[in-house]
Order: sequence, then C-alpha cells, then structure tokens
Amino acid sequence: MNIVVPVKLVPDLVEELTVDASGSALDTAWLRLIINEFDDHAIEQAILLKEQSGGQVVVVSPNAEGVEDMLFTASAKGADQLIKLNGDFEDGVNNHGLARALATLLRDLQPDLILTGVQAHNDLDGSLGPLLAQYLEMPYVGYVSGVTADSGKVVARKEYPGGLIAEMEVTLPAVLGIQAAEQPPRYVAISKVRQAMKTAAIDEQEAATLDPSGGPTVSRMYQPEATEQATMISGSEDEIAARIIDIFKESGVL
Amino acid sequence: MATAAHQAQAPTPSQTFFASLYEVASGERVRTCLQCGMCSGVCPFGYLMDFPPSRIITALRADVFEEVLATDTVWMCVSCYACTEVCPADIPVTAGLMTRAKEELLLAGNVPTELQGALENSQRYGNPQGESPRKRADWATGVEPAVTVLGRDKRPVDVLWFVGDYPSYHPRVQLTTKALARVLNALGIDFGILGPEENSDGDTQRLAGERGLFEMLAEKNGRVFGKYQFNEIITTDPHAYNALKNEYPALGISYPVRHYTQFLADQLDQLQPLLKQEVNATVTYHDPCYLGRANGVFDEPRALLEAIPGVKLVEMSHNHATSLCCGGGGGGMWLDGFQWEKAHARLSEWRVNEAVAAGANILATACPYEPPRFEDAIKTVKEAGVLVVKDIAELLAEAL
Repeated sequence: MNIVVPVKLVPDLVEELTVDASGSALDTAWLRLIINEFDDHAIEQAILLKEQSGGQVVVVSPNAEGVEDMLFTASAKGADQLIKLNGDFEDGVNNHGLARALATLLRDLQPDLILTGVQAHNDLDGSLGPLLAQYLEMPYVGYVSGVTADSGKVVARKEYPGGLIAEMEVTLPAVLGIQAAEQPPRYVAISKVRQAMKTAAIDEQEAATLDPSGGPTVSRMYQPEATEQATMISGSEDEIAARIIDIFKESGVL
Repeated sequence: MATAAHQAQAPTPSQTFFASLYEVASGERVRTCLQCGMCSGVCPFGYLMDFPPSRIITALRADVFEEVLATDTVWMCVSCYACTEVCPADIPVTAGLMTRAKEELLLAGNVPTELQGALENSQRYGNPQGESPRKRADWATGVEPAVTVLGRDKRPVDVLWFVGDYPSYHPRVQLTTKALARVLNALGIDFGILGPEENSDGDTQRLAGERGLFEMLAEKNGRVFGKYQFNEIITTDPHAYNALKNEYPALGISYPVRHYTQFLADQLDQLQPLLKQEVNATVTYHDPCYLGRANGVFDEPRALLEAIPGVKLVEMSHNHATSLCCGGGGGGMWLDGFQWEKAHARLSEWRVNEAVAAGANILATACPYEPPRFEDAIKTVKEAGVLVVKDIAELLAEAL
C-alpha cells in the first residue's frame, strides 16, 4: 500500500505568541515551529500500517524552518520517502491554498491512502484533510484513532463523543484525518536521526502558485480581552428563569 | 577457540553487546565477574528487576541477551552507583553494563513513554521539562546585584556558573538557585551565567541510554563555552559536575570544574565570618549519588554545614559511600509513574524515614533533584512531621 502523509509545522506554544505590526498575523520573529501533534500521530499510524501490512510511507511537508529535521526524524522512524514542497509559504498559507498545492503533488504520487492530522491549532479555514479529499475527489473520514488494512479497503475506527467508536470500511484511495495513532508516536534515538541525515534524501518539489481562495481574510488578530459584561442573577429558580426570559425579550431574541 | 565456521556466523546479540562493553573504560572487567550477586543485592530496585546487573552478566554468558532486551525492568535502574561501589571485581556496572543495556533498549524502541517526553524535550528545548529556552535566566529577575548573563553583558568573568535545568526552571529549586546567588554575591565572586544559551548538561539523558542526545547537548554547551572568557566553571547540579568533569573532556570540551560545595568549602575562611545568624537545627546530610559515590566528594558539603552556627550535624544510617539514591538519577526523575507502577515504593520515602530516624529536623541536600523529591515524600510519610528539606546553599544564605 502506498501511504502518503502530508504534515505541517505549526507555531510551538512553548513560546509566547505575539501579534505583528499589521495587527492581523502572528509575529514570526520569535516563532518556533513544531510538527502539528496530530500529524505526528498520522506518521506513526502510517508506519504502524506499513509494519503490519507492508507498503511504503511518503511524508510530505511544505517548506518551513526546521522541516528537514522533522523529515529526517520521520525517516528514522521508518518513512521511505521524504518530500519538501517549496513555494511561497513564508508569509503563511491557509489550508485551502495548501490543500490545492498538495493535491497537485499527491495526484502524481498515486497514493492508496492519505493520512493527515485531523486538525491543527492554526487551522483558520477548516482542517486540511476534508479539503484534500474534495480536491482529489476521494472519500474522507476524520477523528480516526486506528486503521487496519484489508485488500482494496481499510477499516477505520472513528471516535464519536460519549466514548463511542465506529468501525468504518473505507474504499481506497481515501483520506483519513488521524486523531490518534494506535500507539503513541515512537521515540527514535538521536543517533538514528543523525544516521538518517546522512543516508536519507529529501526530494524537493516546487508548488504551483498558491490559490488561497475560499479561505477567510483575517482583519484583526488579538489576545483575548477581559470584559465586564457578566451579570449574576440571584433569587429562586422561578425568579431567575423569569428574569432570563425578560432579558431575552429586552434584547430581542424572544 | 573460535572455529572458521563459528566466525562466519553473524554475532549474536550477546556477543555484540559484550564487545561494545570493551569500548567503555575498564569494560573488559565484566569478564572477571564472580557472580557474587552483591550488585543485585545492594541495588535499591534489584529485587524487582527481571535482570538485575549480575543476571544481565549471566544472560550474556549464556548467550541469551535478547531476553534482557525483551524486558523493561532495566528502566528501574537509577544509575546510583551502589552496585559499582560494592563490586569486588571493580566492574563498571553503572557506567558500562547498565548504561549500555539502556542504550540497547532505547535503540530497540523499548522506552517508557514518560521517559520519551523528557528526551524529546531535551532535544528540542535543551531542557527535559520542555520549558522555553528563552526563559532559562528568568529565575534571576529581581536578584540584586543583577546576575551577569554572558551573552547579554559581554564581559569576561572569573567564574562561569553552569546553573542547570531544575535550578533554572523548577519553582522549588529556583529558591536554592537564588540562595546560591546570594552566597556568591556575599563572597564578592565575579560570576556569570549563560542564560538562554545554556543547554541541559545531558548527563542524566546519557545514563538513561540516550548517548546521542548527550553528545548533541554537550556539543552545544561546548560551542557556547568557547564563545566566552572565564577561568573556571561551577555547577549547582552534581550531574552537571559529573558530565563536565568526567564525560565532556572525551568530546574535547575540557574546563576546570567544581561543584558549588567544593568551591565554597575552598573559600571557607572568607565565608565563615559572614555566617552570623544561628540556624538552630539538627541537620542530616544526604550524599547525592553523583557528588558522593561517583565523584568522592563527601567532606566539603559537611564542612559547609558545620560552619553554620547552631547546626548540629547527624548522620543517617546510610551515609557517605552507602548513601541511598533519591530515585531521580539515571532517568528516574522522568520515570516516576513507571517506577511506582512496578515498585509501589519510592526511594525518596525510604530516605525521609532515615532522616526522621536520625533525629533530624532538617534534611540537607546538594543536588537540585532532591528538594522536590524529598518534599513530596514528606507529604506521604506519616512520621516525617516537621522535617524540612533545605539545600546547603539555602542554609548558608539563611545564616548570612
């Protein structure tokens, strides 16, 4: 099975985030990047699948500071091919633009299965998986926490609220949004990562002009602001209910 | 004698492991093991290891080392040197056998998840806690006179203070860090710190089997040392002292280094007259593994304590070279849950009970792992009563 894992680096929340002079974007001067946690699980799930059922794992990431280290770490864990997608990503790209750029590349790779993190904390325009599935005209299942391969299809375990899990048979090729791999992402010794830096190659591909259409435009980015608009209503349950109804009427929602 | 046919076969895991021990200083002494079992008997967690040290050697001789690799109880080893101390054949049990065994487990991916997080953090942020490297000198905010940060203040200093991970970030241990700054200032020491440029010394990561990570961290520290002018290094942490003294030179990073207790004891003539406040207490001193057993520093910490007016020093039943580990070494600091699951006992509680039995009301330490570990233990040991944990630096600062 040919498994492709598109991943991205996101701001590391260990450092405090600040808004830049434009007031509508993060200040990138002190930004550290880290692999999106869910993408790390997608890589682990892909390698587990490969170990269980054979195949090969291709990890793809848009270029960003630290992307080589991340890709070599994936290689040390067991990824077979590493692709860095070069393009105009420096000022940030929304998921619509990234998904379109990745879709062009992914078509050429002819994957049976695309695993990607179900979400990332910097997704402003929806998560990447469904957009990819749309552009590639493939089925999508999200919130997946386990995958088993079967001939021509996979069984994905999808998490629902309330502790429910559904097993879904998915015809390939398909895109799965990984919530959690079947086991925590493995540790690879630094010596193995250093070895991968010497032996593995990163294939660099050029992205076409980015098309971010469909995504939102950020007009203002700011820290949460404290306000003083809460009113505590006291009294018996009936009095409180009556007062709430009055408030709804006063504000015009009832 | 090996036959030609024997030579043609691929070496077994036992043979490969045995050969790798020869690369460790005195590693060949493993051949002289008497199988007396003292290492396994003195090991604080030996009773629940599938393969305590002497049994690992048995497994190697029986050519079944793969059985050792299949268990996870080697992770109970807290690298405390108790086994090495008692070995009549002078085998480097801690530095060689146990550390190499952990390295093999780690390479095979047999790593407890808890430990994994600390190793990943060390790689990414230069500290096992996963704190922002930019905040490494935040403890010094408000310390007067202001602490010199070499990269910021750009001036040579006499003493480079290698502060360490827990002294920099842990809220409890920051109190000892500030106390040591006060003592150094009282003595008029011209010192500076590396602040955001300092990385974990890496020694505990090394003893937890991550040699590559240790080398990476050491190289980073070595490059930073090379940027600045200073005459010697002092450390808060015995593990950092051990790394800088015994491990960094092999990587070409060689500087004169003393633990802060050695540094201060050497200046006791100047320090003693400054210690004017009485600290009326019965104090017992816990020898940290990497100051005492591993490096033979027993007297200087005691000399400092005895210099404090009012202090009555008493010894616990395990003292000097027989000291008990607090449980934090060799990765134990990052395996609390794992070790609790296996042992349902904490070494720190054992030690707190000894301090109580010795009649102490202060348990004095000289290692940053210890105040949080012993204070946690005091909460769960009924008899601990009013026992207080203080780093020697804190007791000295109180006496100023």
